[in-house]
Amino acid sequence: MARYSVFALARNALSHHQDWQRAWASPEPKAEYDVIVIGGGGHGLATAYYLAKNHGVRKVAVLEKGWLGGGNTGRNTTIIRSNYLRDPSAKIYELARGLYETLSQEFNFNIMFSPRGVLMLAQTEHEKRAYERTAHANRAQGIETEMVDPARCAEIVPILNIDGPRYPVLGGLWQARAGTARHDAVAWGYARGASEMGVDIIQNCEVTGIDRDADGVTGVRTTRGAIRTKKLCIVVAGHSGVLAEMAGFRLPVESVALQALVSEPIKPVIDCVVMANTVHGYLSQSDKGELVIGGGADGFNNYTQRGSFQHVEETVRALVETFPVISRLRMLRQWGGIVDMTGDRSPIIGPTPVPGIWINCGWGTGGFKAIPGSGWATASMLANGADPIAGPFGMERFREGRMIDESVAAAVAH
Amino acid sequence: MLLLTCPHCGVSAEETEFHPGGEAHLKRFGPGASDDAFAGYMFERANPRGVHFERWRHVFGCGKWFHLARCTASLEVFGAYPADVTAPPEEILAKIRARRPGWEPAPAAKPAAKPEGDA
Repeated sequence: MARYSVFALARNALSHHQDWQRAWASPEPKAEYDVIVIGGGGHGLATAYYLAKNHGVRKVAVLEKGWLGGGNTGRNTTIIRSNYLRDPSAKIYELARGLYETLSQEFNFNIMFSPRGVLMLAQTEHEKRAYERTAHANRAQGIETEMVDPARCAEIVPILNIDGPRYPVLGGLWQARAGTARHDAVAWGYARGASEMGVDIIQNCEVTGIDRDADGVTGVRTTRGAIRTKKLCIVVAGHSGVLAEMAGFRLPVESVALQALVSEPIKPVIDCVVMANTVHGYLSQSDKGELVIGGGADGFNNYTQRGSFQHVEETVRALVETFPVISRLRMLRQWGGIVDMTGDRSPIIGPTPVPGIWINCGWGTGGFKAIPGSGWATASMLANGADPIAGPFGMERFREGRMIDESVAAAVAH
Repeated sequence: MLLLTCPHCGVSAEETEFHPGGEAHLKRFGPGASDDAFAGYMFERANPRGVHFERWRHVFGCGKWFHLARCTASLEVFGAYPADVTAPPEEILAKIRARRPGWEPAPAAKPAAKPEGDA
């Protein structure tokens, strides 16, 4: 695959950019693979990439029913942070954040990782104490975060109204190394890297059934024919319940719609990410100048990938209260993604009741930030049968009462 | 936005007047049940893309709980019925079958076996 460089750009300029190669190959499905990953979002592609890169498992297929990154990978608000409370979360999210720093170089593809900092506002006494606790936990975990006072919040974000009428800012949890990345490019970069190492990325290929015998999984049926495998990994986020039903088990997961919206583009007003969780809204500014705004999730099961009006109103109200300067902005686009919520707001990575079928799901409202770490740990688990980072996230934790409670750190309304 | 009708007080209103309460008709298991049965009741959920039975509460109205049959893929509401039944009534099933030919209610969920490697 041709490398991207300034010379390639100059060379292709001479041919009016008509001769760029495809960024990744588009092969026909083979009859059999060592590992099949269902789901061509960030997590699935990263899993395939690290299977090939870290473990030398190259007879791998990624099956995607639509297009790469067309689900939640392309629908999130691109926030990357690792200021979680519990140790297992800290390990996987910090691994991901660290990997994000060098992904552009590794892929030879610009994912536009921008460590611009994330400020989580404490607007109630309870929230302030919770973030102080998180900051202490992060210090013990070796993750650089700090609690800052309202004056420092105003310094970091000049447009912030710290004397809000309802919820004045009492402090903030600041992670300077957190930030954003271009979400589509993360999927494309992983696809490009995986494809280069021989992974088959097969789009427009929906899994319609899972075949199994007494010993476990034997293959999948798809809209592009049957494919055999002894090792299947389901990485389909919102549709995990549908795939689990095909395979014959239930999950401690429910799918709901989470929505986001963007404003018209304006000149730079905010150079970090701000999350105001008490009033339910978070905000950053894209390189195009649009304000990228995330809101709350619906409370009922939903597969429609649409948002609802009352959540737009609630989110915009919260942001106008927190950033009065944006009150006359017009909103351009609004969309929803189907997120798979677990009871403790932590993901599920581990084996399933069907031998040979593994699952990575339950990332809920915060999966994008975890993509590299999740793929890294899932690939190791698939190759070796277990992984120390993925281990605590097995679904048996519910039955065993070992919940990894991140309902506070998950940062959005549930 | 969903438009729902409360089967108790008869008021039709937008979804903001109601509050969702999760999957309907869960069979409760308590002390003396097996771990599998209890984990199934406590944590595992049907999460279908299509016809779904769920609990709602008319919080900003009469305050009563009720059941709703709804499609999670189209948000179509098939009907609401009172909370004091353990399975959807025949008339609701008939309404769903009329709109979704070939649809049949799933058999009562069995608790899942333990995941492999879980001694």
